[in-house]
Amino acid sequence: MDGSGLGVRRAVGFVAPALVLIGVFLVFPALWTLYIGITNYQLTGPAAANPRVVGLDNVVNAVRDPLFTNSVWLTALFVLFSAVIGQNALGFGLAWLLRTVRPWLRRTVEAFVLLSWILPGTVVAYLWFAVLSRDTGTLGLLLGQPETAWLVQYPMTSLIIFNVWRGTAFSMLLYTSALAAVPPSQLETARLVGASGWQTVRDVVFPHIRGHVLTNTLLISLWTANDFTPFLLTAGGPNHRSEVLPVLIYRQALEGGQLGYASAMSILLLLGNLVIALVYLRLLRRRA
Amino acid sequence: MSPLWMVRRIGFYVLVTVVLGFFAVPMLWLASAPFDTEPGLGLRWPDWTLANVARTFEHPYALSSLLNSLLLCGIATVVTTVFAALAAYALSRVRIPGRDLLLYLLLLLSSVVTGTAAMVPIFVMMLQLGLINSQFGTALVIAGGMLPAAIFILKDFVDAVPRSYEESARVFGASPRQVLGHVVLPVARPGVATIFVWAFVNAWGNFLLPFLLLRDVGQQPAAVLLRTLYDEGGSANLTVIPVFSLLYSIPVVVLYLFVNKRYGFRFHGGIKS
Repeated sequence: MDGSGLGVRRAVGFVAPALVLIGVFLVFPALWTLYIGITNYQLTGPAAANPRVVGLDNVVNAVRDPLFTNSVWLTALFVLFSAVIGQNALGFGLAWLLRTVRPWLRRTVEAFVLLSWILPGTVVAYLWFAVLSRDTGTLGLLLGQPETAWLVQYPMTSLIIFNVWRGTAFSMLLYTSALAAVPPSQLETARLVGASGWQTVRDVVFPHIRGHVLTNTLLISLWTANDFTPFLLTAGGPNHRSEVLPVLIYRQALEGGQLGYASAMSILLLLGNLVIALVYLRLLRRRA
Repeated sequence: MSPLWMVRRIGFYVLVTVVLGFFAVPMLWLASAPFDTEPGLGLRWPDWTLANVARTFEHPYALSSLLNSLLLCGIATVVTTVFAALAAYALSRVRIPGRDLLLYLLLLLSSVVTGTAAMVPIFVMMLQLGLINSQFGTALVIAGGMLPAAIFILKDFVDAVPRSYEESARVFGASPRQVLGHVVLPVARPGVATIFVWAFVNAWGNFLLPFLLLRDVGQQPAAVLLRTLYDEGGSANLTVIPVFSLLYSIPVVVLYLFVNKRYGFRFHGGIKS
């Protein structure tokens, strides 16, 4: 018998409401994606009323579709440069640098980093239009190049820098708590033998936080690959040059009406997520 | 105080300043443009005025969309917090058959099935159920997406509440409901507050699901309206957008200040390293 006196029957009753919502709005849609993905289901027209099962045709067509391969490539670039490299490195750098600065300065920097994380995406999009717009944009003024329309000329680079700005907070928080667990005596020893900052990080800090680095990289990669915010900044344009996978799925499904085809692409995104999540869960288990 | 030390010290502070600038400069627009006589998509020292605020309040949908946001977010947040608290408590205290597998599947689901990956079936399902333009329906979809992670984070908190508290309450004849209400919830309050704030911030900023499911402008929350203000006639309504952005951001900023003061921003369980 459990100490709370709840009993299995009532416990099941407590879990049920949550499970019903999760079942209806997560499990069922996930399974339904698999079904819609093998049909020629469309938003309007004859295939909307009577969708036909076309098997793996959608997946085969997607893999051959230059728009799809382009979008997978852009998504890979987006994840690699903005999350794996950008957020990871800047997040760690901030956690490491801010250990030693005065408390007021640390709090100020942390406050801005965290705000960039929690401000609503639609607002953040306007903040970055103001930075990147032509003629009066802040970046153009700072660099003395007011004629550059950054989002049009360098759409992917802009999105990558934007996403570093947007997502670094998580890595910073995670690495700050990881660094707190590195034994101070070892850092002190490294300082006494005259190790440089880089040597200390490589030989003393990194062995302690290797697990955190992997966890962090997996999580931010997953979130970045599924991020819809690029839609708010460039909507995939100009000419598909920033059309990451979530944006392509939206445009194919809701703008193009190709629900079956878009679902086939979703299946491939789900598979990618599944692989990352399984690696992550394996790691968690091994450490538990 | 060797010259080399000085140079490194200066370099260090230059670096910190550059990083601070990178994060702070985009936000300056939110502080200046709302109060500028001619707000633009750019940064300049404003020619101070409050006229934009008045214009924003006169906008037919601005205030109602903020109320829609409050309603949508309120329902999603309360549903998430209450359902997650009940589930986390039961899963923490009672060995329901298959519990570990269930927890594993929940964690897997919460990371694999995202709004972007499941947008097509969610849209089709709501369309067929006639729940397009239903704020309540949309709130439930948002809550469903947040629940697995919320259960997980909360279970960690409840696991940390000593069982002896409940046992002694039981010895004095408390019913299970009283144990939950008077013993467990008060002790796990930081966890419940964390989930409440986390769910609110997530739901408040959610753009994709309301954008997909609420097509009628009268039902749309601020996230979606702000986007359509830009699309109207192809050019941005720059009198309303800055003030509206500011108003829409205030709740999350207030919550941030509250959390930071009360608990500090750090990792409370949930995402274990």
